[in-house]
Amino acid sequence: MLAAATEMTETVLSSGWFLENAWIIPIIPAISFALIIFFGKRMPKKGSEFGVASMLGALVFSAGAAYQWIQRVNGAEEGAYIAPIVKTWTWWQNDGVSLGIGQHVDGLTVTILLVVAFISSLVQIYSLEYLRGDRRYTHFFASLTLFSAGMLNMVVAENMIQLILGWEIMGLCSFMLIGHWWEEGANSRAALKAFFTTRTGDIGLLTGTAVLYFAANERTTKTLGVSGFSIRGLSSWALSGDPSSAAITVGAVALFIAAIGKSGQFPLHTWLPDAMAGPTPVSSLLHSSTMVVAGVFLVARVYPVFFEGLNILGSGANFIVIIGGITIVIAALLAFVQTDIKKVLAYSTVSQLGYMMMGLGAGAWLPAVFHIFTHAFFKACLFLGAGSISHSSSHHSFEMKKDMGGLRKFMPITFTTWIISTLALCGVFPFSGFFSKDEIIDNVGYAGYNVFMIVGLAGAFLTAAYMTRATYLTFFGSPRGASAGEHHEEEGHGAHASHDDHAHDSHDTHGHDAHASHDDHASHGPHESGWLITAPLIILATLALSSGFLNAAPFGHSWENFKKWVEPSAEVINPTGIAYVTGGAGEARISSDEPTEPVVGEEAHSGAPLAAASGEEDHSKEEGHHKSDCGTKTPVDGVCVAPQLNHAPFKWSKAGLSMLIVFAGMLSSWILCVQLYERKNKKLVGLTERNKALGAGYKFLVNKYYLDALYENVIVRSIAHPIARGAYWINQNILDGIVNGAGTSAKTVAGWVYRNVDQKLVDGAVNGSGNAAQAAGGALQPVQSGKVNMYGALLFGSAAIGALILVIINT
Amino acid sequence: MLLNQFLILGAVLFCIGVYGVIARKNAVMVLMSIELILNSVNINLLAFSLRNGSVDGHTFALYVIAVAAAEVGVGLAMVLLMYRNRRSIGLDELSEMKG
Repeated sequence: MLAAATEMTETVLSSGWFLENAWIIPIIPAISFALIIFFGKRMPKKGSEFGVASMLGALVFSAGAAYQWIQRVNGAEEGAYIAPIVKTWTWWQNDGVSLGIGQHVDGLTVTILLVVAFISSLVQIYSLEYLRGDRRYTHFFASLTLFSAGMLNMVVAENMIQLILGWEIMGLCSFMLIGHWWEEGANSRAALKAFFTTRTGDIGLLTGTAVLYFAANERTTKTLGVSGFSIRGLSSWALSGDPSSAAITVGAVALFIAAIGKSGQFPLHTWLPDAMAGPTPVSSLLHSSTMVVAGVFLVARVYPVFFEGLNILGSGANFIVIIGGITIVIAALLAFVQTDIKKVLAYSTVSQLGYMMMGLGAGAWLPAVFHIFTHAFFKACLFLGAGSISHSSSHHSFEMKKDMGGLRKFMPITFTTWIISTLALCGVFPFSGFFSKDEIIDNVGYAGYNVFMIVGLAGAFLTAAYMTRATYLTFFGSPRGASAGEHHEEEGHGAHASHDDHAHDSHDTHGHDAHASHDDHASHGPHESGWLITAPLIILATLALSSGFLNAAPFGHSWENFKKWVEPSAEVINPTGIAYVTGGAGEARISSDEPTEPVVGEEAHSGAPLAAASGEEDHSKEEGHHKSDCGTKTPVDGVCVAPQLNHAPFKWSKAGLSMLIVFAGMLSSWILCVQLYERKNKKLVGLTERNKALGAGYKFLVNKYYLDALYENVIVRSIAHPIARGAYWINQNILDGIVNGAGTSAKTVAGWVYRNVDQKLVDGAVNGSGNAAQAAGGALQPVQSGKVNMYGALLFGSAAIGALILVIINT
Repeated sequence: MLLNQFLILGAVLFCIGVYGVIARKNAVMVLMSIELILNSVNINLLAFSLRNGSVDGHTFALYVIAVAAAEVGVGLAMVLLMYRNRRSIGLDELSEMKG
């Protein structure tokens, strides 16, 4: 049957050079990293040219791969299984175990590759201006480039080990970049916190990978001939019905804990807002396309493991959807009490990642991946916009209440791009966020998770409200603090001096981005940034506006291109990776055991109308349909690599409801902001101080739910302090007791020994040996020259003599 | 099997390392030379492990790497203290231990 099947499916999927060689993409920035480290400081642009060039190169390669992947999908029948392009080389082998390194390129890979390369390129171009004159300019570009290399490597990873490699490179680079200005204690603490928090999750990654390997290896070796580390091996194993529920559940939970740590999900989200201590371009890269997306990507990558292990769609709620739901709401609430514009955006990212996780947990794989795609553009734009404001208008302060306000007049480009991205983030039609976020909410409800659909809608309301608040504080109202500098300057010389003082003040106390060139800006007030900053903003805003149309469900099936290109087909395939039959009209058919199959195969291949098929074929068609239910029914032979997922049909009524909620959020927030900040409404100002319940809630939020206190004061203390105290007690009571007791008894014995043995017997011997030792010491004294090198030489010399003796004895 | 090549590589690295330990005056360079020696040992372990088809050598190599990391940690801390005390890390100036 297999022979017949392979014969039948001679549909040659098109491929191309870029697809076949996608593994080169992470290598380009990796090489560039080495070049920057070794030669960067000697280059005219201090190494940044390597970084920008390598990211542009990676972008070209990724775009080539994306184009060829689209060709590949378009060349096949719709709904057919599109084999990923997998290549692997042996990296390590021993005793039958081997680890490969290579590429696994499918729709998901291509999407994220393109996003990462694109955002990285823009962020690097932006950094050229933003970090000009920084004291560690070269190292900044080196870390940034290696960071992208890590993410790209993780994305093309063929197996879990390669994925972990990229994952950890990112962890290291995030530490270096967040702590870029480590002279300030807060920054290096934030870097450490990010590193340790994600490391906590990484324990899950290692555990999960090991558990899944030992559970899956036997079967994957037998069916696919790949190890239990490989992505497609794990996917097919998870859907085979073979795994014991304990192994796959433990594996899935452990891997999800890793995703919680990396993607800032509750309760390990605390590192993400602190990571704002890094330079703004870093925040932008970290929060849009790399690092935090890694956790979501991991879940999307080996989705079948989570699908089966956590029983997604099979039960009322599961681990992923619950964590995602909690994250959406708690992060959105926290965004309300922030005065730092970057922290608002940070919590917004956490909340949006919650949406992605919730989507994945509810079987909405494609909307979640599409949300990664659209979110990358508008979130990068928002962060770069915040950077543009602090760079050019607020003297490197990110405090919205103190140093911003009324900036729309001074920074028209930044303002426009910010508004577009905000609307996209809130999910307003027709901006890109609408098409992805609304799809997630819609599909979560469609899959039966009604509670979480409501959570999603509540999150949409909160998102709209806190973004309106941030926009109001930044761009509307009257200029405050550093942003007001220009006005005061025009009024008189005295004001000028006070402005300078203030600028200096705000730099000392609130300045995150205190870099060397900052004094350049003290001389003039708010203004638009240079083109190196505005050009990336404009490009990103354009994409924030338009990228949603790649999968515009409201306009009908023909607009759902992203779905067609990216979503893996849930079709039973034979182990060589070729679909049994590439059927037309989205239906999978499976061959029966009839020897006359090739004829049918040619028909199917050429896309001939199958309506004329005989009854026998109808039977096989039925069977095929039955068998293609990957994830709900176990395939008897052949393998599945993706579970069967449903899509919610788009309804304007549902979209309209969420639109209304978003507008309600914006409007209520706007009214509140105007009353609170502009009119200084007596009823509202200081409400949290007067009303106890509100005050308590506010305090609870300002203290970030006391999670940091819990981790640092309770958990770390409760573990570290008792150990220290216990050790001290043992030291004082037991060890000292033993030592003292031994001392007293020894003293008595010693007294006797001294009088009888020592004085009479030993002294003679000691004096004799002492004399001998003195003589030997005198002879050996030259050896103890105090020269370390000479000690080394003696050590190796005697080792060599020892080796010689060994050889002589053994021959 | 490239056993000989592996062993020759290991021997060459070992010799370079020994030369570094003996001839270098800079403490950091000496530490790096010691690393080189340890790694040449690793190469030998891996080569024999591959030849015998057993995983033991790999495991040992991992241990050696871990020990080497600890050793560099201690070594660099000592170098740092040396530098703090005497503003130099030249080994030839360190001869307090002269007997």
